[in-house]
Amino acid sequence: MRRFGWLVPALYIAFLLLPIYWLLSMSFKTTNEILGGFTLWPRNFTLENYRKIFTDPTWYMGYVNSLTYVVINTVLSVTVALPAAYAFSRYRFLGDKHLFFWLLTNRMAPAAVFALPFFQLYSAIGLFDTHIAVALAHCLFNVPLAVWILEGFMSGVPRELDELAFIDGYPFWKFFLKILVPAIAAGIGVAAFFCFMFSWVELLLAKTLTSVEAKPIAATMTRTASTSGYELGLLAAAGALTIIPGAFVIYFVRNYIAKGFSLGRV
Amino acid sequence: MRARTVNQKGWWLVLPVVVLVGFNAVIPLMTVVNYSVQETFGNNRFFFEGVKWFDTVMHSPRFHDALMRQLLFTGIILAIEVPLGVAIALAMPRKGVWASLCLVLMSMPLLIPWNVVGAMWNIFALPDIGLLGWTLNKLGFAYNYTRQPFAAWATLIAMDVWHWTSLVALLAYAGLSAIPDPYYQAAKIDGASAWAVFRHVQLPKMKHVLTIAVLLRFMDSFMIYTEPVVLTGGGPGNATTLLSIDLVKIALGQFDLGPAAAMSLIYFLIILLLSWVFYRVMTLGEESS
Repeated sequence: MRRFGWLVPALYIAFLLLPIYWLLSMSFKTTNEILGGFTLWPRNFTLENYRKIFTDPTWYMGYVNSLTYVVINTVLSVTVALPAAYAFSRYRFLGDKHLFFWLLTNRMAPAAVFALPFFQLYSAIGLFDTHIAVALAHCLFNVPLAVWILEGFMSGVPRELDELAFIDGYPFWKFFLKILVPAIAAGIGVAAFFCFMFSWVELLLAKTLTSVEAKPIAATMTRTASTSGYELGLLAAAGALTIIPGAFVIYFVRNYIAKGFSLGRV
Repeated sequence: MRARTVNQKGWWLVLPVVVLVGFNAVIPLMTVVNYSVQETFGNNRFFFEGVKWFDTVMHSPRFHDALMRQLLFTGIILAIEVPLGVAIALAMPRKGVWASLCLVLMSMPLLIPWNVVGAMWNIFALPDIGLLGWTLNKLGFAYNYTRQPFAAWATLIAMDVWHWTSLVALLAYAGLSAIPDPYYQAAKIDGASAWAVFRHVQLPKMKHVLTIAVLLRFMDSFMIYTEPVVLTGGGPGNATTLLSIDLVKIALGQFDLGPAAAMSLIYFLIILLLSWVFYRVMTLGEESS
């Protein structure tokens, strides 16, 4: 039993990779080959689908737009969550528990519920179809998550650290930036990773809040699927490219994923 | 959360968060509440209707069906993903290159945009040219997820298991990594069986992270929208029309703002209530430990 234990994760990972292999395989096929019948690997290997994406601005700007609002959202979420997480981990104040739960309820709000009101709100304040609008809207679920993770990490830092710094005469902000932030650097990395992840994969709000200027890649894909016929190869190539930023981010936090999960409690 | 000093200045530190989240949460929520009690005949003229829409939604078979499908879906995926995730975490290597490799590969589905997950499974399961659909049909199963409700459900569940089991596995793995080696040595000296080690050492240590895993999977599966829309579009017929798909159909498709808003609120309240129960269970465990 023990000896074959490795089979479980191995089989699971094989199951994970199969659809990804199929997506990659499709992306290197011509439309004729795809529609012509079943082939296990590309017979007429082509890079045409990728060439189209990298030369057509409506395609590659989708990636730029998505990455832009994801980065803005990640920076914004982590920045505002840091002091709040400190307050939750160190102080008791009026309504703190209720506030903490209220924040979490926003993580539970279905995007479908908010799609239409969000559209009206951001149109009314003139931010519709900007990267800022999507970045702000994603704060709805990313800020609570970041607060939750950072609070977990900060609670792991001994309070003596704060007290010593204050005895040494550090002003609050200096203590915060020079001592606390370096002490929970891993936690900040993990929080940023989760914000990046949830902002990158979300589509419903991003699509509702944009039309042309800030259109995310995911929306470009769905619109292409419905307008220019069913170009499976092109869609597969676009899909395959959306995996890259995620894989890139995972590589950087790979040593913190498990640690982050347990300490950060998410 | 223990030994915190009372300091009302904490409010200044949480203020940015409250403003930012409040702006995004309170205004849209009030808009929804507003629609849920009014009738409109166009031209931006609204009439107060009281609880009429809530009454309509609560008694509509369409809502009941969508809710039942939603509960069934959430139940099935929790029943599969949680045990599977734990099993994978138990069998994963603890240290070294293989552990890192497992972690990186297993995180991949979590970072793929949801519509791409749907599109990927769509082309993977196509009966004639998809790897899965073609293989199943060659093996003699008449499989077509665009026609058969059962096949559509099976594909949908396979997709969700593919997409999210890693989250449970990663959380369980984190819980397991936090167990110090002496625990295992003590169990070995006592001659404990693998099952006893799991039951009395590993499971109690994983309890906390597993609650989080169940909570997250519950909330997210209850809110699932993009993946099934891209995969099946809610079909065949209404077979896979889950709650939020139905909601978007009513709100953005038919533009029935009143019923859609009432349904939104009921839907949100269900999630809130069930999540609150989970949250209480979780914090109770924290206080007693």
